[in-house]
Amino acid sequence: MIVAEPKPISEVAELVRDSNHLLIVGCGECVTVCQVGGEKEVEVLASALRIMWKKDGRKGTIDTQTIVRQCEPEYVAELAKKVKEADCVLSLGCGVGVQFIAEAYPDKWVVPGLNTSFGGGTVQAGVWEERCGFCGDCILHLTGGICPIIRCSKSILNGPCGGSQDGHCELDKDIPCAWQLIYDRLKGLGRLDLLDAVQPPKDWTASRDGGPRKFVKEEAMIE
Amino acid sequence: MTAADAAQAAAAAGAGGQGDGAAGATSGGPRGGGCRTSSRLERVLREGHFAVTCEIGPPQSSKSEGILKHASVLKDYSDGQNLTDNQTAIVRLCSLAAAVHVIRAGGEPIMQMTARDRNRIAIQSDILGAASLGVRNILCLAGDHQTFGNHPGARNVHDIDSLQMVQMVRAMRDEKKFQCGDQIKSHEPRMFVGAAANPFGDPFEFRVRRLAKKIAAGAEFIQTQCIFDMDRFEKWMRMVRDEGLDEKVFILAGITPVKSDKALKYIRTVPGMKVPDELIKRMEGAADKKAEGVNIAVEMIQRLKEMKGVHGVHIMAIAWESIVPEIVERAGLYPRPEVEVEEPAEAEVAVG
Ligand code: SF4
Repeated sequence: MIVAEPKPISEVAELVRDSNHLLIVGCGECVTVCQVGGEKEVEVLASALRIMWKKDGRKGTIDTQTIVRQCEPEYVAELAKKVKEADCVLSLGCGVGVQFIAEAYPDKWVVPGLNTSFGGGTVQAGVWEERCGFCGDCILHLTGGICPIIRCSKSILNGPCGGSQDGHCELDKDIPCAWQLIYDRLKGLGRLDLLDAVQPPKDWTASRDGGPRKFVKEEAMIE
Repeated sequence: MTAADAAQAAAAAGAGGQGDGAAGATSGGPRGGGCRTSSRLERVLREGHFAVTCEIGPPQSSKSEGILKHASVLKDYSDGQNLTDNQTAIVRLCSLAAAVHVIRAGGEPIMQMTARDRNRIAIQSDILGAASLGVRNILCLAGDHQTFGNHPGARNVHDIDSLQMVQMVRAMRDEKKFQCGDQIKSHEPRMFVGAAANPFGDPFEFRVRRLAKKIAAGAEFIQTQCIFDMDRFEKWMRMVRDEGLDEKVFILAGITPVKSDKALKYIRTVPGMKVPDELIKRMEGAADKKAEGVNIAVEMIQRLKEMKGVHGVHIMAIAWESIVPEIVERAGLYPRPEVEVEEPAEAEVAVG
């Protein structure tokens, strides 16, 4: 899932400084799971902002709505009524959600309430960790299911570098060395032979820098 | 599968790289084989001399005097001088320009090139430029992470890794091909290609296997991380010899003279470094610590000279370049051999 973190409330307050009719929009997917942009968080943020506004002697209104998914126009359309009444929309969706709302309502000012961080999962209650770098050309079958592109601090494809020590990355003792993990796992599986081939330079055309990537599944298209 | 097999398998698998497959692995060991470049360092090694390389750290300014001064002395005490590439991710005069200053001073530059700051386009472009200016040696590295340096907010590149860089530089030379496969129509850059190895990194069992991979990628010489734990280095060398890798690549063992026990204690905290207690105790007990640091370096070189499979030393006297002549002399490595270098004939070098 997409993991995001809340922007500091002071920053959010600044982003909506000129608003008198604010709409805060939550999303029922990833950001609900990582507890930063679901219905509950939307209500908490709304109350916090209301208190701040009141303290500042501001009279504005703050409304809320949480939809199933901000990354699908069909659900974003459900916001129409409330968006019309608002002068600013604060999205607690990921960066995709913010953009889909902005695209759907071209005359409305839309701002992000979260910092969208990474593709990851829950490693323990309250802790989410990155796993995928969305490089567009998966090589996990070569590395025992551990991604060196995103988990190695230098994205080394023929690791480990010289800095790996006692299982840690040279960067920080709290960061496991991805290549130690890869080595241990392949050793356990009796597949160290996979590490003997020199992996060629990656073809990054499937990754960033080529404009937005697009995926088309014809069977799923209507018409 | 042994590491040697691994090297072979990787070479056989092609791995998109060198046409001659065997890379540094000329039969009969790295010595004796014909030179593929006009590198003086290559010639010294192939003639079977115990080589000495050292390091010059470029300044954090555009002042070239320091490099010229060091190079004009070190050229007589070493067979090659490494120019670091923004080491520890601190912005410095670039290694390419520094290498050219070394040439002006009559030295033999080994241009370090990291994958941290440049993508494959920039690296190849710099290699063409360096070769056009007379640089004949390159050391391919990953590079220290930017968060250790003075621009922690920088975005790193790591488009290719150090192994892939080795492969790319070899293909530019031996196959006259850019990384994309396009032909280099004339004047391909002819670099003697080196890589680093850290015998003290983890996982230890994989270190030799990874060295085999570097050789398969085309590394011709290896400069190791600086050695303080000689026993562990010896153990590593044994594994290297068991796999026959010392016959396929020139190994230059890293030596760093230190000025104090404090320096050793600091080095101990650097990731990928091992410093034994006895060494720290010895330094603590020394009345003249600088002199003791030099003694230790000289003793280590003596031991390395006797170690089978070690083809030379790489002296990294960080910010203490002036001590190198004394160490080299006391280790019995002065004067350096005179060698004749020549540009290999075009016919000889065309491979694949
Ligand atoms: S220590 Fe491991 S994770 Fe860190 S940069 Fe080196 S190989 Fe990558």
